[in-house]
Formats: sequence, structure tokens, C-alpha cells
Amino acid sequence: MEKILKEQPNIKDWGIDADPENDPTYPMKPNRTDEEQNGYTWERPALQKPTVEILKSTERPNLTAVFGTTLPPKGLSGMIRRNAYKKSEGQFSHWLPLLIADRVDVIEGIIDDLSKGKIPNIYAEIGFKAMWKYNRKAAIARIAAHVAVASAIGLVLFRGRIFNDEKLIKKALKNI
Amino acid sequence: MLAMNYRGPGRVRAEEKPMPEILHPEDCIVKVLRSCICGSDLHLYNGNVPDTRVGTTFGHEFVGEVVELGSEVHKLKLGDKVLVPFNIACGKCSFCRQGLYGNCHESNPEATAVGGIFGYSHTAGGYDGGQAEYVRVPYANFGPTIIPEGMDLDDAVLLTDVVPTGYQAAEMGGIQPGDTVVIFGAGPIGIMAAKCSWLFGAGRVIVIDQNEFRLEFVKNYAKCESYNFKSIEDPVQFIKQTTDWLGADVCIDAVGAEAAGSAMQTITGRKTLLQAGSATALFWAINSVKKGGIVSIVGVYGPTGNLVPIGNVLNKGITIRANQASVKRLLPKLIDHVQKGTIKPKELITHRMPLRNVSDAYRIFSDKLDNCIKPILIPPTAKE
Repeated sequence: MEKILKEQPNIKDWGIDADPENDPTYPMKPNRTDEEQNGYTWERPALQKPTVEILKSTERPNLTAVFGTTLPPKGLSGMIRRNAYKKSEGQFSHWLPLLIADRVDVIEGIIDDLSKGKIPNIYAEIGFKAMWKYNRKAAIARIAAHVAVASAIGLVLFRGRIFNDEKLIKKALKNI
Repeated sequence: MLAMNYRGPGRVRAEEKPMPEILHPEDCIVKVLRSCICGSDLHLYNGNVPDTRVGTTFGHEFVGEVVELGSEVHKLKLGDKVLVPFNIACGKCSFCRQGLYGNCHESNPEATAVGGIFGYSHTAGGYDGGQAEYVRVPYANFGPTIIPEGMDLDDAVLLTDVVPTGYQAAEMGGIQPGDTVVIFGAGPIGIMAAKCSWLFGAGRVIVIDQNEFRLEFVKNYAKCESYNFKSIEDPVQFIKQTTDWLGADVCIDAVGAEAAGSAMQTITGRKTLLQAGSATALFWAINSVKKGGIVSIVGVYGPTGNLVPIGNVLNKGITIRANQASVKRLLPKLIDHVQKGTIKPKELITHRMPLRNVSDAYRIFSDKLDNCIKPILIPPTAKE
């Protein structure tokens, strides 16, 4: 300690929380009681009433005393989630389907928007304005990528129609 | 009310949502005065956390005013200004009673590994968060803490996560006087961990990142050394070299799943989600720490699995310590540090934006544009 004090850096409040007992580490449980060794015995808080479907980990016997009620599972993503929650948290077959459900949910979200007459402003949602202002190169690259993807999709969708429709081809040739 | 609304990876918007309601006798409703975007929100934003449902409102760092109380809330009154720890903790289960408030067993039915967290997916309880005008706060007798008279709201909002997490990162490092501490990540948590490492008596504090403006900031704010891993090429080799070829006494991973620096980790962890985020910082921490040293993890990863050199953990005899910060346990000490000026959290805030511009705020923070370190969102109902 004496050696260390000689080397004390010129930093305000240096060492004010030093704890020589913290070796190798500060106790994880500052009030260690080991009471969990008695099992699930504590006096539980009042229990929130489930008003919507709440999915529960298989690694516990009940719902917790409180929980979030936003966004109960629904649609195809909900079906995937319900199945995922049949597996324990220790299995990839629990987590990976949840990630897949999240991606399905994104498509369902767009369909939901459209069904309500709302066309999602994807460019606003990705913060394109900020990107354009502070990183124009990335913004242009993003636009180029979107144009390329849109062109590719357009080509796949309309290729058959354009090249198989003789009338269209003849009309196009006439216009050349 | 206006609230942030997640629509899919990289897509968020502000829109009207129903007002939150009291659903439990110990709930209260808080009118949000300030909320932050946290680095760990970016894991949600980028779609890395399973069961992040479209429509979720993020935000686990917020302060506000109590506007409605459940019938069994006795420790708060209407109009109280409160800072709300990001952990939702009952204070009664055996984990809470031992100070493990991040591990409450009565707040998250969807997963047992972690307690409930505001606005952090259904893997953390399915609660809406505070990037909104109003938010439901469970266990109001326990979690919310009245903001001391005279404390700036900007300081208070950083006491809900950034300061306790940075402090606990240093605390879990078991720093002994004179120790060399290396922190991976110069985001708000890494900056705070660097600052707090001195409080435990570190002899040398080194921060590694790739963003020059953040490295410059941490060097000035925490009076530490800072290095860009892009210019030193191999951070592990560099740290060995600079510690007399032995390694650091303590390494802190303050990055988590979004780490850059390894193409393999980026592709498998961030682009294809074959692992629970890119574990580059943790990989470096394990390899940079000396034999018998301590690795402290506060960077957030998903629940699946990660590629880390666990064989080196064994062979080097490393102690690994990790947890979500136990905010409520640390608050008394940290409020005191803030009031005495030992820690000045609000200096980290670089951007103040209206909640309505949440899409741009996420983009700026996510892409580290405009020298952003910490953005703060102001709901329309909150007066500046």
C-alpha cells in the first residue's frame, strides 16, 4: 500500500472507494443470506391479473407478480412464439424461433400499417434525414442499394411479362 | 400520448399510443421529463434481442413526475420528481433481499436469467419503456427514487443506468490500488467505467475504441489513456506490450453485442445472428487480462451463445464477473458522488432532441454521427 501511495496518480478523489476486502472481487451479494436455499418461499407481492395472453418461461412455475401486458402474441409470429415458449431457455429451439418470429412480425407490422391506410415512411423511420445530413456517402449508398433491390425485384416480377408477351415486344421494336 | 414505436431492425418512429394504465396496486404512472437512448437499446434497434415485438416502446433510462398512483403505493406522492432505475425489482424476493436488484424473480415471466427491464423486449418482461410521454412503473414503493432537491434532471437521468453500470463495472473488477485497468469501449458506459476505476484506486486506466472523438472525450473526461484499435492493429498484443508483457490486472467489456474489430465476429454475430452478438470486446478482454486477472462484463449480449476463448479463461485462471447493474443498491453512494461533484454525468450528454425526432436520434447514435456520445429525448409534455 505504501508503494502504491507513492505512485498515486494526480486524480481528484483517487482511491476514495478502494476496498482492500474486495479481493478478488466485491461480494456479489452484499447482504448474503443464502435464503434462496430455502426455495421459493418468500412472501410474494400482490399478483397482477393477466388480462391478455402472457407467455411464460418453462423454467418457472408461475407468472411473476408483475409483468408487461403490451403486445400479446398474435398472428403467425404469435404462433411461432407460443411454440418457442414450450422450450426451455437453455435450448436454441427456444431462442431461434423467437428471432424468426421477430422478422415475421416486421412483415405483419407493415401489413397492419397498410390495413389501417397508413403507408410506412421507411426512409423517415430509418432516420434518413440524419444520415443525409451527417453521412451523405452512406445515405447515397443506401439509396443505391434500395434502387438495386427494387430493380431486381421489378425485373423478376415483370421479366416474364415483357419477354413472353409478343405484342409488347413488337410494340417496343416499333418504337425503336 | 406520443411514444417511440419499434417497427423492425433499424426502423423506429414516434407516434400516438394509448396512455399507460395502473395494472397492479403498487404501480404508478410517471410523466417522462427526460429519457435517453442507451447503447444497449441499439441491440434491440438492430434486431439482435429475441422477442422484440413490433410496436414496443424502448427506453430504460428516464426521469419524470409521478402523475398517478396505485392504491398500495405509500412511498410516493403525486408531483414527486423521480429517477427510475432501469431494473424492475420487487425488493421482496430472495435475490432482491441480497441486493441483486437486476435479478429480481418477480418481474419477468418470460425469462429467468434476468429481471424485468423497462422497454427491453419480452425477453425482459414485455414492459413499455420511457421513450414516451408517460410510462407505467411497477413496484413504485421500491424502485423509483425521489430526485434530491437541486439535482439537475440531466444528472438524474444518467443515474438510472449509465453511472451505476459504469461504477459496477469497476466494482466487479475488484480493482486493487495500483491495478492497470483496460476498458474496451468508449461509449457512455466505458467512459463512466474509466472515471470510476480511479475511485477504486486504479494505477493506470486505458480505454480502447475506434472512434477518435470518443477517445478524445474519455481522455479528457476520465483523465486516462485512450487508444484507437484501428491504429494499434492488435489490441491484445498492444496491451501485453504496454503492461510489461503480463497483461492488465482488470479488463472491462463495456461494448457488448455491437462490437466492431473482427470481421468473423461481425459476420456471425451482427449480420447473420449465428451468435448472440459480436463478442470481439469480450474476446479481447479475456486475452488481454493477465493470468489470475479479472474480466468484468457489463456489455449486453443476447441470450443464445457467443464465440469466446473459454479455454484461455481456464488456462489463465481468470475470474469473470458480470451482471446488469444493481441500480438501487448503488444509488445512495452515487447520488452522493454526483452531489459532491466527484462524478459529473451530464457532461456526457451531447445531443438533446425532441421525442418526435426519435428516428433521427437513433440513427445519429447508432452510426455515431455528429460526434454523438449520449442523446437525450425530450417529450412534448415536458418543459425544458
